[in-house]
This record gives sequence, structure tokens and C-alpha cells, in this order.
Amino acid sequence: MSEPMPPAGPRHWVENLGHHITSKIWRLGFAARFFFYVLLHSGTALRRFGLTIREIYFAGVLSMIIILVSGLFVGMVLGLQGYDTLQRYGSGEALGVLVALSLVRELGPVVAGLLFASRAGSAITAEIGLMKATEQIAAMEMMAVDPIARVVAPRFWAGVISMPLLAALFSAMGIFGGYLIGVRLIGVDEGAFWSQMQASVDVRNDILNGVIKSVVFGVAVTWIAVFEGYDATPTAEGVSGATTRTVVTSSLAILALDFVLTALMFTGGNGQ
Amino acid sequence: MATAPIVEIEKVSFGYDAARLVLSDVSLRIAPGSVVGIMGQSGCGKTTLLRIIAGWLRAGAGAARVLGTEVSGLDAKGIFALRRKMGMLFQFGALFTDMTVFDNVAFQMREHTDLPADLVNDLVLMKLEAVGLRGAARLMPSELSGGMARRVALARAMALDPQLMLYDEPFTGLDPISLGVIARLVRTLNDSLGQTSIVVSHDVEECFAIVDYVYFVSAGRVVAEGTPQELRRADTPFVQQFVRGETDGPIPFHYPAPAYEADLAAAAHV
Repeated sequence: MSEPMPPAGPRHWVENLGHHITSKIWRLGFAARFFFYVLLHSGTALRRFGLTIREIYFAGVLSMIIILVSGLFVGMVLGLQGYDTLQRYGSGEALGVLVALSLVRELGPVVAGLLFASRAGSAITAEIGLMKATEQIAAMEMMAVDPIARVVAPRFWAGVISMPLLAALFSAMGIFGGYLIGVRLIGVDEGAFWSQMQASVDVRNDILNGVIKSVVFGVAVTWIAVFEGYDATPTAEGVSGATTRTVVTSSLAILALDFVLTALMFTGGNGQ
Repeated sequence: MATAPIVEIEKVSFGYDAARLVLSDVSLRIAPGSVVGIMGQSGCGKTTLLRIIAGWLRAGAGAARVLGTEVSGLDAKGIFALRRKMGMLFQFGALFTDMTVFDNVAFQMREHTDLPADLVNDLVLMKLEAVGLRGAARLMPSELSGGMARRVALARAMALDPQLMLYDEPFTGLDPISLGVIARLVRTLNDSLGQTSIVVSHDVEECFAIVDYVYFVSAGRVVAEGTPQELRRADTPFVQQFVRGETDGPIPFHYPAPAYEADLAAAAHV
């Protein structure tokens, strides 16, 4: 080719690294501005709540099957593994507490968040990205309708509303799975299973903290999903890349945020 | 051209970076009630010009007055207000794929007006009747052919009776019958609704058949203008090459490249 070969060597690598990091930081700033823009233009999504309800159906209701089935199996595995460990110390009746606390504090929000990112987050990114690629977003702007208010904000709020509900369903189903295995199959005392759970699970420290986690994950996943879709290069390749990035970035975000939130919520012991 | 133009572009220049101008020193005036073609080869800057008129891009230099308003001075709210007086037909229709044909056409009415549902219903059916697709009101965009989708998009763009219609390559990828239908609709709707239309296209015959006046754009400049009859007679080499579809002429067949021998010799050493 007529163009000179790019210079190789340490200087070139450092330059490339610098460019890579700067562009990532720039994009993060852009995503932050986009987030505030979505919040500022949420009036339509909240005033015409039908738009948001429609998206809750697509993001939330259609994710229910995968959430319920996964919750059941995770709960059943917890029942088996938990009983196996607990009975070594002679406290098999505490199975209900173990299952409930694991689910409500950690597995419910985290696993439901990961599933939500793969099922609904990817769909939101692909849909917005394809709307951009097929000029539907441009057509909306040309009709003097703000696509952030009309397309992005309803999807964002639908995700934020759906996520805690899905996490709650996941936990409930998981506890039912633990009950099936622990009580029905293994024969843990039913009264002990439920009463110990009732006595040990605290509304504020356990359930509320779990709900806060799932709301935070909902915001993170949906923010990433709508941003990636809106920022996607309007080609088949661009949309597929954006969809992949949504799942990868939001999964990592969930795990990192979970660590931070757990550190803030549970260190120093309950109630302190 | 008559006075008080609907669109007046004066010495407009635009470039995504300072080194490479997409448009330089472009001027044009579009009279009320006319259908004007902006023609040129792909990548010559005609779509950029349309985007400047629609307020998507800001001219780097010069003035762009649309419907009496200077576009480059407007904020987002002002541009939205101006766009409510405009309609645009996108190259492939850009219909909302999650809505029926009916809902697509009703979209602007529902977003911008408080019209009661039965009135919206009547208006949508009237718009669809005008493009011959009243019977397709309940279909989804995926069930339409390319030509039908373009006609629905036309009905949608016209939903609030815009004063100015912009057409971005309206004839691309259509069979001859659909193409003729769209071309006839552009003209008849323009005349019957008292609109002004700008058609960006590279389809010479279809465009010449319906427009009153044509601007030829090449490499970001207006290189020729006139009525279709004048341009057919013009002896400008560019216009002749474009109108007759000749491979070589002022617009070279080859993309700019270094000398062929030098490139081959360089490749041999790789």
C-alpha cells in the first residue's frame, strides 16, 4: 500500500494505550451525560405511563419464565448443598434460614440481574440499535418527537421497575425450591424450616437491602442497555457488537456493584 | 425563480473536519409550490444539504433560511418547532416496525395534537386513501412490499400537512410500477396540498419527469441548475455525463489513487 507502515515499538504501544484509555473515559462521560438526559426527559414516560407499561411487558413479563425456572433450580441446589453442609453440624433445621438469606441477600438480586441483562438488556440494546440502523430514530426526530423521551426513557423506567420485581420472584421461587428439596424430599421439619426462616430474616437488614441491590442493578443494566443501543454504530456489525457489550458490561457491573453494596450493607454485623 | 422562497441557502459550506469540505459555497432558492430536485452522484453532498435544511447539521459558513427562519441559529426546541412544518420521506421508509400501518400514520397526530380518537381515525384513513393503502391499515410494516412501505411512510410524513416535504432518495430500490406510483404521488400531493417539495435523487428520468427545477451538485458544489428541459439541452460536460449515465467524463471512473505502477511495485515488495 502507498501509506507508510505505522511505527512499531514501545512509543507506539504507549500511544495506543493512551488513546484506548482516553476514548474509554470519554465514552464513560458521554454515557453519564446520556443518563442525566434520560432522567431529565422522563416526563413523557411517567405521564403517559402506558408507554412504560408496554415496555414492562417486554422487559419484565417476558423475562418471567427464565427467572422463575432458574429461581426454582437455584433454590433446589441450595437445598441439597445447604443440607449437606448443615447436617454435619447437626443443624439441618436451619436450612430455611440458609436458603432464604442466600437468596434474599445475594443470589436473588445478582442472578436475576445477570439473567435480566442477558434476556431483557440485550433485547433493549438490539431493538434501539436496529431502530437507529433503520432510521426509525431519525424519522422520529424529523417528526419533532424526542426519541430519548419517547423510546429510551420508557424502556429505562420499565427496566428499573421490572428488575426488583423479578429479583423478588426469583427469591420466592428459590425458597420454594429449597422447601421442595429440604422438606418434601429430605424430610427437614416443616415447622422448623419456616419458623427459623421467619425468625432470622430481617425485613430491613436482609429484605430491604436485597431490594436496594436489585434496584441498583436494574438502573445499571438498563442504563447500559439503552446507552449501548443508542450509541450503536448503525450497521448489523455495530448492533451485534453493542448487544454483546451490553451483556458483558452489565454482568461485570452487577458483580462489581454487588461487592461494593455488600461491603457497605453487611460489614460490621447486622443492625450496626 | 419567484420571490419569498421557502428555502434559501446562501453560500453554505459544511465539512465534518476543516480539511475536507462536503459542501462549499452552495446557494439555492426554492420557490413556494415548486418541486425541486437536488441531483448528483452518491457522496456528492446532496443528502448533507438536505440535512442542513432539516436542521440536523449546522452549516459551517453561510446562511440557511427555511420557512423564513434561519436554521443555524435555532436551539433544539426551535428546530423541533420548525420540523413540525416539515415532512421527510426516508430512503427506505423508516416505518416504526413495532406499530401497524395505521399507528405509524397516526403517530404524529397522537404525539403533537389532542385530537379525539375518532377524528384521528378519519384523518389516518384519509391519508392512507390518498396513497391507495387504506386497505392495508391493519398490516404490520413487515407485511408490506418496499413500494407499499414507501407509500405508508409518505402518508405518515404528510400526517400533519407539512408546508415543506423533503424526499431522500425516494426512488431507490423500487420496481418500475412502484417507482411510477411514488413519483406521481410526490407531484400530485405537492400540487393538491399546496406544498413545496425537495427531492434528493440520482434517478435522472424519474426525477426530471416530476420536478420544476433541478440543482446538480458535484463534489460539494452546485455545478448546474435549470429546468429539466434546459438541462437536457445544456452542453455542460458534467450534466451530459450524468444525464446520459456515461462512465467517464468530468467525474472519473477511478477513485483518486497513486500511480498504478507505483502501487503494483509497492505490493511486490510486501
